[in-house]
Amino acid sequence: MVAGTPTNAASQPAAAGASHTQRVELASAVIRFAGDSGDGMQLAGSQFTDTSAIAGNDVATLPDFPAEIRAPAGTVPGVSGFQINFSSQDIHTPGDEVNALIAMNPAAFKAHIQDVQNGGVVVVNDSEFDKVNLRKAGYPEGYNPLDDSKYQDRYKIYRVPISRLNDESLAGSGMTAKDTGRCKNMWALGLIYFLYDRSLDTTIKYLDDYFGKKKKLPQVAEANIKALKAGYYFGETAEIFPVRYHVGRAPVSPGTYRKVTGNEATAMGLVTASKLSGKTLIYCTYPITPASDILHDLATMRHMGVKTFQAEDEIAAVCAAIGVAFAGQLAVTGTSGPGLALKSEAIGLAVMTELPLVVIDVQRGGPSTGLPTKTEQSDLLQAMFGRNGDCPVIVLAAQSPADCFNAAIEAVRLAFKHMAPVLLLTDGYIANGSEPWKVPDASSFEKIPVSHPTDAASFKPYQRDEHLARPWAIPGTPGLEHRIGGLEKADITGAVSYDPANHHRMTELRAAKIVKVVDDVPPAQVYGPEQGDLLVVGWGGTYGSIRTAVERAQHEGRSVAGLHMRHLNPMPANLGQVFRRYKKVLVPELNTGQLRMLLRARYLIDARGLNKIYGKPFLVEEIHYAIEHMLSGQWGDRESIPPQPHALEASAPAQELHTGG
Amino acid sequence: MSTPNTTVPLTTLTPKDFSSDQDVRWCPGCGDYAILNQVRRVLAALGSRREKTVFVSGIGCSSRFPYYMNTYGFHSIHGRAPAIASGVKIANPELDVWIVTGDGDGLSIGGNHLLHILRRNVNVNILLFNNRIYGLTKGQYSPTSEEGKKTKSSPMGAIDIPITPLSIALAAEASFVARAIDVDKNLADVLQAAAQHRGTSFVEIYQDCNIFNHFAFQYATDKATKDEHVIYLEHGKPLVFGKNRDKGIRLDGSHKPEVVQLGKGVTEDDLIFHDQNDENLAFLLSRLSYPQFPEPMGVFYKAEDDCYEDLLDGQVRQAVAAKGSPDLDAFLRSGETYTVGA
Ligand code: SF4
Repeated sequence: MVAGTPTNAASQPAAAGASHTQRVELASAVIRFAGDSGDGMQLAGSQFTDTSAIAGNDVATLPDFPAEIRAPAGTVPGVSGFQINFSSQDIHTPGDEVNALIAMNPAAFKAHIQDVQNGGVVVVNDSEFDKVNLRKAGYPEGYNPLDDSKYQDRYKIYRVPISRLNDESLAGSGMTAKDTGRCKNMWALGLIYFLYDRSLDTTIKYLDDYFGKKKKLPQVAEANIKALKAGYYFGETAEIFPVRYHVGRAPVSPGTYRKVTGNEATAMGLVTASKLSGKTLIYCTYPITPASDILHDLATMRHMGVKTFQAEDEIAAVCAAIGVAFAGQLAVTGTSGPGLALKSEAIGLAVMTELPLVVIDVQRGGPSTGLPTKTEQSDLLQAMFGRNGDCPVIVLAAQSPADCFNAAIEAVRLAFKHMAPVLLLTDGYIANGSEPWKVPDASSFEKIPVSHPTDAASFKPYQRDEHLARPWAIPGTPGLEHRIGGLEKADITGAVSYDPANHHRMTELRAAKIVKVVDDVPPAQVYGPEQGDLLVVGWGGTYGSIRTAVERAQHEGRSVAGLHMRHLNPMPANLGQVFRRYKKVLVPELNTGQLRMLLRARYLIDARGLNKIYGKPFLVEEIHYAIEHMLSGQWGDRESIPPQPHALEASAPAQELHTGG
Repeated sequence: MSTPNTTVPLTTLTPKDFSSDQDVRWCPGCGDYAILNQVRRVLAALGSRREKTVFVSGIGCSSRFPYYMNTYGFHSIHGRAPAIASGVKIANPELDVWIVTGDGDGLSIGGNHLLHILRRNVNVNILLFNNRIYGLTKGQYSPTSEEGKKTKSSPMGAIDIPITPLSIALAAEASFVARAIDVDKNLADVLQAAAQHRGTSFVEIYQDCNIFNHFAFQYATDKATKDEHVIYLEHGKPLVFGKNRDKGIRLDGSHKPEVVQLGKGVTEDDLIFHDQNDENLAFLLSRLSYPQFPEPMGVFYKAEDDCYEDLLDGQVRQAVAAKGSPDLDAFLRSGETYTVGA
């Protein structure tokens, strides 16, 4: 059986105890917890992540929330998953194939089994594979996939009656059957801790702190800890696993670390920018998936001087932020695609009034309501052009969960320096995904300079500095009273102007101002050879999978380099020159080719696309395949290709064969 | 302020000091002129400071207002002035913020924002110029146009039921609700009371659009008829009106308002006495409309309540008191961290 990527070291028998279990050293492993949305899979997954990070692994996670919050229990749409890649090496993705799946019910098995590698470990909660649940999962009457030789031959399936064993371990605790049942995620986690040789300490401490101290429910803490230990001891004494696995420490540099999701890092970055600029952070927003966690986090940071404003709608949120900017504080609004559409007109107002505003778009599947809980990169063109008139803004994209921290600070810095709206794009994948983050020292940050004019004699509302930024004169300043608004402004004075030549000039100035931001954009840098057969260009949250695929191709001797774009508007000054050093350019995107369209239009290059619109991040394998396909000369004339079906998905018999009515 | 010595000596400002250098461009005879003059006068009378005053507007004829005030001003986008003003107040609660809107801007495209600024009780003054028509877009019916009104966009008559701005404001938990008429002397009193109220002050001003809806309020402004059609509210006083102050409003046997003639056994004691702290009465008054009733003018309702921006500041102070305010290093390391050794 395989449960991860082996190291070069030979496996060795476990040293400890009377156990006959083998111990196998792995370089990395990908595991996935899946169950009903009420089964606590997100908690089990995030605890496994914390424990692994503290054990010194590099980790990357991919939570998978059910699309429907109130999907009926036990059904496939109600399944919630959490995938963790933990490694003794530097990793950039949550992993392609699952080495070990923990399925808490038939629906979870059905929804996730096709992602498990051939020969992978599948631990199922056998107690739940009864008639009723099999029916809810949509399996035909009388059929149990666990008895199907197709699965038995392909996977190493462990049928553990988790619900029953959990109940037994908590018998006599005086808790109701329902409360006891809620501990089964910890029982399962304990078992998986045993399988991957993890300590229980981090989770025990968490359960004590969260249930015992914070919620003041010590008996709940105790029951969960008991279940966790029971699962672990079951693994130890029942000896159901012939081998145990161990993933060693990754070569991470010493320091203080924390695990962050992209949304958490965004929130912390904004607070940091507030301190670096001496401005009060006022986050004006309307709840929307998957951006709401930024609001939730910032709402707990009042002690850092943060004000949050939950507006009545998306338009009010951005307009309130514009009011904040006008009044001289740090104005940020956050949303996702549909909300960005609603904010369009107001962003135009911020462009016209030339106020510093940060707009965060945590992209999700579109169009319209689309796939709220799934990831996509399809708002790039909306960010670039989605407003009336010629209306340029600065556009940035974060590349990983932890990178959201730096991206948020940069967005604020650019907005203040250039007196312009900045659109920061993240996405559902990096917003909810997590990775270890080495906490930087505050002394390593540069201050964000801000100045407000006070001299009435020289003040002109639309007089520009060397960056073409206008002065940020704020209400309360005597003698600088002035009026701004959405009507065209006369150059320098800012008075309302309908003069044709002035409109032409102001349109050019607004564009030139954004173009000038390029002075703050570092030159594009490639990873890999400085010239060669192929350049793979990505942007935003696909960084991890593209980089991993490019590096794999490089190891295989291919002449391929990667380039990741953080600055989408303006783009780095040397970008065109870099493109010309490669014979071919491949642009993998989770959309139908939005960056590709920009690059083709702007640089007249024959960029080709790998375009996936599944609501899911790229698998490394998919990009690797596209690289090989392009280098082998089989690509042909197609401007883009879809990802090749995942090898396992293509051959997976489960869903096609046994889907009931 | 980076230079503390720039404080301007507190000279008394005149209405003229609040006029900007822009030519006022409303149509000659527009009711907006009278309102502009009264607002300038009231600001001067209250000792307002230009630098501390901000006018925020949306789109429409009335929304040109900020350009004519020598204060800070923001002529924003259609319907959004309440949202922008909320941001201004949250960022700097010290500023004296006025919103100028109209029946289209405030009740149609921006209706949602109006509801929410009222319920939050942000400390601003909202002046809703109601002319019962779309003026800037040249004469379509508005949310306050009467049923059956024939306009360019309703040649066969409007079939939408009009709404009553004050009823809406009261339903949205407004803490100050008043009404006045553009050319009426009592506009200044109402504006002053609005300015002095802490919380969202909502003032509906009947405004004559003499181009597209002239005489819409003639019943309330014409010297010959106005006393019969308008009733001035005074706190603690009975609802008396009429040229000879010989009519009043009382509640009939089924608690419905009715107009009665004073005398012949009916005295002022039988009438409704205005209580500006009674929201039920305020709502009842907001429903009185011409021609069945005289329309009340003045302060309908007033309540002391906390303002949103103060409560928000209070939460920040409370959080700082409870948790301290860590420096950046401590902040970034708060929560679950772990150390990787060399
Ligand atoms: S159109 Fe009507 S409301 Fe507008 S400025 Fe002219 S008179 Fe006044």
